[in-house]
Amino acid sequence: MKPFDYQRATTPDGAVALVSDRPGAVYLAGGTNLVDHLRLGIVGPDLLVDVNRLPLDEVGATEDGGLRIGANVRNSDLAAHPAIRRDYPMLAQALLAGASGQIRNAATTAGNLLQRTRCVYFQDVTTPCNKRDPGSGCTAIGGYTRYHAILGASEHCIAVHPSDMAVAMVALDATVAVLGRNGERSIPVEELHRLPGDHPERDTVLEHGDLITAVVLPPPLGAGWRCTYRKVRDRASYAFALVSVAAAIRVEDGRVADSRISLGGVAHKPWRAVKAEDALRGAVVGDESFAAAAGAELAAASPVEGNEFKVPMARRTIVSVLRELAGQSGESR
Amino acid sequence: MGLAWGMTRISVSVDGIAYVDEVEPRMLLVHYLRDRLGKTGTVVGCDTSNCGSCTVHLDGRSVKSCAVLAVQADGHEVITIEGIAKDGELHPMQRAFHESHALQCGYCTPGMIMQSIDLLAANPDPTEADVREGLEGNLCRCTGYHNIVKAVLTAAADAKAAR
Amino acid sequence: MTDLPASGIHGHPHRRIDGRAKVLGTATYAFEQDVDAATYLYPLQATIARGRVRRIDTSAAEALDGVVAVLTHLNAPRLADTDDKEYAVCQSDEVAFRGQFIGAVVAETQEVARHAASLVSVEYDEQPHQVVLPDDDKGLDDPDEVNAGYPSDTAQGDVGAALADAERLVDETYSTPMEHNNPMEPHTSVAIWSAGSGDGDASLLLYDSTQGVHSVRRTLAPVLGLKPERIRVVSPYVGGGFGSKGLPHAHNVLVALAAQLTGGRPVKFALTRQQMFTLVGYRTPTIQRIRLAADGDGRLTGICHDVIEQTSRIKEFAEQTATATRMMYAAPNRRTSHRLARLDVPIPSWMRAPGEAPGMAGLEMAMDELAERCSLDPIELRVRNEPDIDPDSGKRWSGRHLVECFRTGAERFGWADRGEPGARRDGDWLVGLGVASSTYPAFTMRGSTAEIAYVDGRYVVRIGASDIGTGTWTTLSQIAAEALGVEVEGVRLELGDTDLPMATVEGGSSGMASWGSTVVAAVDAFRDRHGKDPEEGATARAETPEHADRKKYATHSFGAIFAEAAVHADTGEVRVRRMLGVFDVGRIVNPPTARSQLVGGMIFGLSMALFEHSVMDARTGHVVNHDFAEYHIPVNADIADLDAIWLDHEDTNANSLGAKGIGEIGTVGSPAAVANAVYNASGVRIRDLPITPDKLIAQSGSTKTGSPQSGHM
Repeated sequence: MKPFDYQRATTPDGAVALVSDRPGAVYLAGGTNLVDHLRLGIVGPDLLVDVNRLPLDEVGATEDGGLRIGANVRNSDLAAHPAIRRDYPMLAQALLAGASGQIRNAATTAGNLLQRTRCVYFQDVTTPCNKRDPGSGCTAIGGYTRYHAILGASEHCIAVHPSDMAVAMVALDATVAVLGRNGERSIPVEELHRLPGDHPERDTVLEHGDLITAVVLPPPLGAGWRCTYRKVRDRASYAFALVSVAAAIRVEDGRVADSRISLGGVAHKPWRAVKAEDALRGAVVGDESFAAAAGAELAAASPVEGNEFKVPMARRTIVSVLRELAGQSGESR
Repeated sequence: MGLAWGMTRISVSVDGIAYVDEVEPRMLLVHYLRDRLGKTGTVVGCDTSNCGSCTVHLDGRSVKSCAVLAVQADGHEVITIEGIAKDGELHPMQRAFHESHALQCGYCTPGMIMQSIDLLAANPDPTEADVREGLEGNLCRCTGYHNIVKAVLTAAADAKAAR
Repeated sequence: MTDLPASGIHGHPHRRIDGRAKVLGTATYAFEQDVDAATYLYPLQATIARGRVRRIDTSAAEALDGVVAVLTHLNAPRLADTDDKEYAVCQSDEVAFRGQFIGAVVAETQEVARHAASLVSVEYDEQPHQVVLPDDDKGLDDPDEVNAGYPSDTAQGDVGAALADAERLVDETYSTPMEHNNPMEPHTSVAIWSAGSGDGDASLLLYDSTQGVHSVRRTLAPVLGLKPERIRVVSPYVGGGFGSKGLPHAHNVLVALAAQLTGGRPVKFALTRQQMFTLVGYRTPTIQRIRLAADGDGRLTGICHDVIEQTSRIKEFAEQTATATRMMYAAPNRRTSHRLARLDVPIPSWMRAPGEAPGMAGLEMAMDELAERCSLDPIELRVRNEPDIDPDSGKRWSGRHLVECFRTGAERFGWADRGEPGARRDGDWLVGLGVASSTYPAFTMRGSTAEIAYVDGRYVVRIGASDIGTGTWTTLSQIAAEALGVEVEGVRLELGDTDLPMATVEGGSSGMASWGSTVVAAVDAFRDRHGKDPEEGATARAETPEHADRKKYATHSFGAIFAEAAVHADTGEVRVRRMLGVFDVGRIVNPPTARSQLVGGMIFGLSMALFEHSVMDARTGHVVNHDFAEYHIPVNADIADLDAIWLDHEDTNANSLGAKGIGEIGTVGSPAAVANAVYNASGVRIRDLPITPDKLIAQSGSTKTGSPQSGHM
């Protein structure tokens, strides 16, 4: 592990100043992803700015009835928070579907959003990777692609974002509060992560030195909505998603009045399934319209050799989840 | 080795004893515990924060000590597998593991016990499924999972009876 | 021979003698041994699959504060014997597989060692490589023999005619992937080299994580040019092995070389998990064409099992994949073969039930397919083909109670509830049952010695055996206590040290039969010489006794494995809801540790069915999913209602203890039992392990919607 300096930030502004001024500086929060990367040589910062002591660990109500989640709130605390469990159960489910107890005890809300892809080539410094070393090439293309993208990928990168929590937050229309050199700004979580395009080294739209200070949830979906988070994986727990679906629907008179759907494990970012939502609006509840909605979203899917299965798997999982939410699961069809 | 790069002073309580040490910021907590303090009961199984063998408690909550820098423990309390027995008396979870044959090679055992204590602290009356999911971050290859679950449920029942 | 009453100390539960140290965290595995002035080794590994190191620049690493030594092929001490290329570490510029050791850094701390290693720059002359097992046998080698001394090929009768005339035929290809042992304790070696005063008196102390201290000493001595007695290997606690710690590997040599450069300071070296995917062995992938010919009643007329598997170009390892097929079922016409691809890959090695586990996965899936083609219950098919004698050797069975295993298990498991494929549904899950036979040879290895000494009113039992988690500390103590006629507390066992008498490796499920009978022989010798009331300091020794009858018999363990699998109709996820193994393994010494061994073995097999797959990248030659996030072994939630029971048949034809070995048989039938249950649940037959959701979805054909088609996926 390369040596580096270490400083503790005492104020958010101070933290931003420390990192902004030094190109090789990075923030250290829970460290659950960063410390692995330091060991494996994936990143080599010269300064770690520890933000753990910043006063960003509260969960509180917002004026409009939503919730403001401090950036340093630990994943396990967030999943167990009464307001989250009561009003945003999909988020609690997604949190608990990710990582393990020990990691959730350490990992922070902002850190979870900013965790990096688990692409096996990104994580192996002996193989070229455009995300780790821009311009070196993408080894995943033509390689082991089982966990790679089917939507929005580029010829330079087919990695996926690994977070479960972020998938639920995107479905919930959450935003992040970001403190930068020029003050505070708000970014929808859906727009926080980028598609790889020509610059897969950039996971998000954040600039160097930007510090996420909070995630803001809008008011709960409310009465009539049903929601869930489903993660399809090889083992019963503790595995990254092959495909995951965060979904909420409101059914009125046998028709879908409104829906929110986002997908994990399929793209470089949590994927909001807008086309599926559009197709569902007003549709008669049932496998046929669910499959049509899934098909509308996945029409643009372009799998690579080795992950073709993800297209039918995503389609089947969307249908399965919607069927469950519509109360039709397990019935003879 | 460290001249160009700063050392950081940390004050940390480990198994009830206060230590003040100069460490390199890159030193992992698990290496601090093992190589500096000689607390080798906390073992390393994977190097990539997956296996849970190195689980310790940081301020009473389980963490993987291979994914924590020693400097992050500054000002905090660390409890390891070597700090939970009192005066030669096994911690109830240690006793339950021993009596339920909840180990084979024993390498995952310290981490498994520390995570099980954390699990019961959060959920004193768990179901079998709660235990199986709550121990998801602790891999066992001899796969005594069965008896491990039995041990945790036994420890929970004993604690309940004692309440 | 001491008489062993059935109602003695063994056969009764005894808490693990090593349990207290393990729950306290005081058990000293290899790295945990306390040594003075330790240094730490981090290896350098080749990043090409084949070629030569053209240039290696270590100057930046050497300049780093805290670096003690940098080792490469240019400065490595010369080894005395480089015939075995696995152990010819850093002796030339040749690279035979990606990840091979090309050097090492030794430093004052782990952090510095790792950082310094990253500063070494290497240039290569790369050569074309081949790392993926070809699926046809063109250009493959026909090895002289396969492991454990079996012939590579066997043939009886006229298989071709049997296949041509078959009323019922299965002709399918099954494949099993590369898999890695992954014991939880990484392979670790701590080396202390004493240069001595002159020629020939250098010595090496090795704290090692091994299944056999004496095997390590015997193997390394000629390589290092030391007399065996100049090497001491210590290994009291081992964090799992599963075969990969059965013999030393290159890391032992690397650390022994490095320890010659530190002026006598100890060198500690634990492989990282990722490095274990390259350097300590693995189970070869196999491609198995299996043909079963049967008459209309399901009686086998022909069995043909042709295996393709791999080894490294620099060392032959020929897995005995089809050997169980030779003895499993009666059929007049039979043929088996093994063909070997020599690739630019790491060297395969033993992994729990090498040969039997992948081979029986293929055979027992094929038997399930044959049962269906004969419209027979899978158990009935096996009963109809139960051989009276070993069809391979013609010998009588020392004991074979396979049918009783099936009958007992069927009753307990509710086998009668099994329906047609795809017929049973529970909500979104399709549920089915599967069954498979299991078998494993009952080995007794000769060549161990045990010593009994009477010290301070206790009997000290000394034998250089191992406990890799199997329970040896407890069971050998029980056997000794039983033979001595004292309580277990009256015995103090010493093991895991070459200063103790010679013992064979803990492998082939042979430990208890081999060491146990040796200890009993030593007790006999002790009592013969010193009687019931020995004087302080009295000692006696004995070697593993000859069991003359053994050669008359074919000695094997047997078992029947039952599984209930649930397959999600939409997502293809698989969960094993229930499993039961019924075993015919002879005498059980300590039921709780035995049960753990059998259950653990079954979970190993479940894992082989559903999870494990080391993915070799054909372009680079490395296993890309080389960590526990990507290489899946079962987590706690994957295990549900799972049990192992055993029949009460001691097998004193096999050995004097009557115990046949329990470490591997749980693994053997389990992959097929789970695979067959998945088929019964979903109606989808996956012949390429592991059975993952992507394969089930791809094969289910229905990709239009998530809705099930007539009860299937």
